[in-house]
Amino acid sequence: MHGLINRSIQNFVQDVYGEPVWAEVTAAAALEPRTFEAMLTYDDDVTSRVIDVTSARLKKPRSDFLEDLGTYLVSHPNMWRIRRLLRFGGADLEEFLESLGDLADRSRLAIPDLEVPAFKVETVDGTRYTLEWEATVDGFEHVLLGCLRGMADDYGALAMVECLDVSDRPGVRAVEIMLLSTSYAAGNSFMLAGDR
Amino acid sequence: MTSTGRDETVELSSRVIDTMLPMHLRFDETGKIRHAAPGLVRLAGERKLVSRDLRACFEFTRPRGIGEARELLSMTGRRLKLRFREGRSVRMRGLALPMGSKDGGILSLALDLGELRDLGGAPLTSADFSQTDMTVDMLYLIEANSAVMAESRRLIARLDGAKTEAEAQAFTDTLTGLNNRRALERVTNRLVAGNEPFALSNIDLDYFKAVNDTHGHAAGDHVLQAVAATLRAATRATDTVARVGGDEFVLILHGMVDPDLIDETARRIIAGIERPFFFAGQTCHISASVGTAISTRYERPDLDRMMADADEALYASKWAGRARHSIAGEAHPLGRTAHPATS
Repeated sequence: MHGLINRSIQNFVQDVYGEPVWAEVTAAAALEPRTFEAMLTYDDDVTSRVIDVTSARLKKPRSDFLEDLGTYLVSHPNMWRIRRLLRFGGADLEEFLESLGDLADRSRLAIPDLEVPAFKVETVDGTRYTLEWEATVDGFEHVLLGCLRGMADDYGALAMVECLDVSDRPGVRAVEIMLLSTSYAAGNSFMLAGDR
Repeated sequence: MTSTGRDETVELSSRVIDTMLPMHLRFDETGKIRHAAPGLVRLAGERKLVSRDLRACFEFTRPRGIGEARELLSMTGRRLKLRFREGRSVRMRGLALPMGSKDGGILSLALDLGELRDLGGAPLTSADFSQTDMTVDMLYLIEANSAVMAESRRLIARLDGAKTEAEAQAFTDTLTGLNNRRALERVTNRLVAGNEPFALSNIDLDYFKAVNDTHGHAAGDHVLQAVAATLRAATRATDTVARVGGDEFVLILHGMVDPDLIDETARRIIAGIERPFFFAGQTCHISASVGTAISTRYERPDLDRMMADADEALYASKWAGRARHSIAGEAHPLGRTAHPATS
């Protein structure tokens, strides 16, 4: 797993639950050294062990923990860079959702070895969007749910985001976004340059 | 569908042109600005453009000094370089083209590469760029790139810190904080390579085993630390003090090849070590024997050879009754006795 992913989990636990919880997690997961480097690569089972240990420690289902992680990634002040890079995708939530089809290409430009799923974005009427991809990482759909909910808030839109049941299509994952209002709240400002 | 081969005139509304080229202006035959597209207006900010002369608003740096309508239109197809005259001199590139049948023209502008980082200081949004313009993607890349660079720099800084720490550990004896054998080798190699003279003294503690056996290892460790402090105090900052074995120490006395001076240092050390050490209410007495090899007495000094010779001198000191200093190659250790034999 790319170190960025592991490092994000570490930052999430440290920023939201504090250093002592991270110390407990690393001890329980037998993680040595006790910190992840964003620019290195780690074995996949290290990542899933840390996720299991942390969700157990926080007494949360794995899916809830992953969803909170997703929201953290796009909304916490320390993660401003991620939020900004995502906001380059579009001026409003619709444009942003459409841009998710290019997300894999975009992130490859930034970090060539980061594997981002190739999303297929479909909409019938501009208010109901579906996002489909081939599952590679277990539980990723929950992180995505959290991200999308966070980004809808960031754009000041009101949206319902849910996992779609696609169990009849092996290996496929899908989420659905229902846009209820695109100007529900003021949203956060995004300037192309200068508002970090 | 295909080109007709002649320069066909098409009609485009002002709004269509504004959408296609959000950063353009149109000028008349006198060079007066007649229209500025919304993106350019936003870039200009407080600077007025419309109804003013082009040359009053912009300084053309390539080709230098042009700016009359006629001159601009003769540059059709060439990249122009210009900047705002007022306020911050935001650099731009431009392309001037004639407008239809009238005598004026259109000047399409874009920010120069160097202005992209902060967009010339203007509050531009993606709406100020055409959907086919890749400027916004460039901005994304600049930002992504600087994020990745920042992370890489942090990693490098952490690795560098870890490396320095590991190196320090690799060359340090953890109990006493003195240099270890590896550090000693590094120092002597450097001195030999630089052809610098030095003396190498081997120091072996006498009666140390008795301290360990009688008072325990904690007392032994305490004595070793006290000996290290004595060695540091008896030598100069430029000298090298190393612990190379349980109770074996090595001194490298830089630039010191005079036997009398070396002997004086050795006596000072032996006297310091013979002072009683106190530990947990108990008094420990030890002493030391010293053997020295001097680099200038070798054709090509070499650590192993000098260590062996210093060891031989050290054993001569021991045989002669301990608490003494001998120099390799000098016949009789008794001549350099620190004080009379105690055994």
